[in-house]
Amino acid sequence: MLIKKPADIRPSEITPPDLFRQRRRLLELATAASVGTLLSGAVRAGEKLTGVRASAYRAEDEPTPFEDVTRYNNFYEFGTSKEAPAKAASRMKTRAWTVVVDGEVTNPQTYAIDDLLKLAPLEDRIYRLRCVEAWSMVIPWVGLPLAEVLKRAEPTGNAKFVEFTTLLDPNQMPGQRSDVLDWPYVEGLRIDEAMHPLTILAVGLYGEVLPHQNGAPIRLVVPWKYGFKSAKSIVRIRLVEQQPASTWMRAAPREYGFYANVNPEVDHPRWSQAKERRIGDFFKRPTLPFNGYGEQVAKLYSGMNLRKFF
Amino acid sequence: MIAIKQETERCYPMKQLSPEAIRRIKAALFLACLIPFVRLAVGTRAGTLGADPVEAITHTTGLWSLRFLLLTLAITPLKCWTGWLWLMRLRRTLALYAFFYASLHVAVYLLFDQYFDWPEILKDIAKRPHLTAGFAAFLLMIPLVITSTNAMMKRLGGRNWKMLHRLTYPIAAAAVLHFFWLVKKDVSEPTVYAAILSVLLCARLVPRPRKAPASPPLATHRPSPSS
Repeated sequence: MLIKKPADIRPSEITPPDLFRQRRRLLELATAASVGTLLSGAVRAGEKLTGVRASAYRAEDEPTPFEDVTRYNNFYEFGTSKEAPAKAASRMKTRAWTVVVDGEVTNPQTYAIDDLLKLAPLEDRIYRLRCVEAWSMVIPWVGLPLAEVLKRAEPTGNAKFVEFTTLLDPNQMPGQRSDVLDWPYVEGLRIDEAMHPLTILAVGLYGEVLPHQNGAPIRLVVPWKYGFKSAKSIVRIRLVEQQPASTWMRAAPREYGFYANVNPEVDHPRWSQAKERRIGDFFKRPTLPFNGYGEQVAKLYSGMNLRKFF
Repeated sequence: MIAIKQETERCYPMKQLSPEAIRRIKAALFLACLIPFVRLAVGTRAGTLGADPVEAITHTTGLWSLRFLLLTLAITPLKCWTGWLWLMRLRRTLALYAFFYASLHVAVYLLFDQYFDWPEILKDIAKRPHLTAGFAAFLLMIPLVITSTNAMMKRLGGRNWKMLHRLTYPIAAAAVLHFFWLVKKDVSEPTVYAAILSVLLCARLVPRPRKAPASPPLATHRPSPSS
């Protein structure tokens, strides 16, 4: 058989803490030496991000080539074809950019994007990305834990969910002139999902500033959920009491649920989710529950019927 | 041949081409229809089909199969419209190419998507409406391909042959449905194909003169090619 073996999470995928700390010290030394460049701040796609730390979260799978990650995108704000975003997103302006954190919080914030980047050390995170369309990639993101941002806003006891909103500007995002979806794009997470250490706000990939077509300047990445949950080009993070209605839920409630956890046993009504094609492969491979992150996140859903809460 | 004779009676005055000219047009058409296949083959070898070449091959072969189906269905109205009877001689080539690209389309699914896992394939086809429609269209094409030769046409007789080959209408409808049901959200492209198919089917409902009038004035009624 030509089918490759599935990439299970192996124990070696989590770096031993000793080695991790050692590596972190090395990196700290290196960044101390280049602290000048660190503060200058890279802002344009393709510029190298400095002071990025290694992280314990790195999938062992071979990363998908940069060309494929940046030329095969679902970003309907720039058109519904996979090629459209790479062509049309260049006109988007990612500076000046502000992100509002508000809602059920005692300390609402409005961040200039460059201040948000300094909120916590940036980390390399190599994650599998599983699209609801049954293809997948492995992407070395650069980002910071979403929890760092949320904590600073001090969520109130009423904050049960987090709602993410993408920029609404048909001049910059020509796809928004079509009514294929309700704009702006809205996604949501339960607060415990949002606070989970795997959940990040990504600002780069392959060590460089995030290309526009991948959701610049800042996007969500939730690796155990289908890709559409990871909202791009975020301008607002709102903590709310009620479960938000996400864009895809509103577009096709039978097909896209709020949770959208990667689950090989729960099919999309129109196609199977049991297998996926890793970009670069010809044959499909089995899809893993929670995209292979079950050990870290399955407990968030214990006792839940994942067929009902798909 | 029988079919063509019947059509002659019902349509506008025929415009004939020499057998040599028809032969040349058919050869050119045969080669032109291969272009999408050659482009895919070259692109696969050169690695220029994008991040997901299997998806690119699936979409391209599916689209061309549908396009050739619609071109096949366009021949009769075009012939009646222009009076170019020789167009009928191109129909079989177009139809066989529709089947050729459909076969590639199905083969890619069986090999790369399912790796010949037959129980899974049958389950998939039964469960997913877009696959049911697509596979039905493919299966229905097979008897038409088998009976596409002159010998088979004679054996069946013009009437029966014509009846059987009216299956092309449900095949095209199933192919368009297949396209409609598989897209995630943006139905603009399948809508275009559905519109073209509707026009081609409605064109068949327009009453045509039973006999070709002998007088030339009809020529003035004929729309110009640009309209």
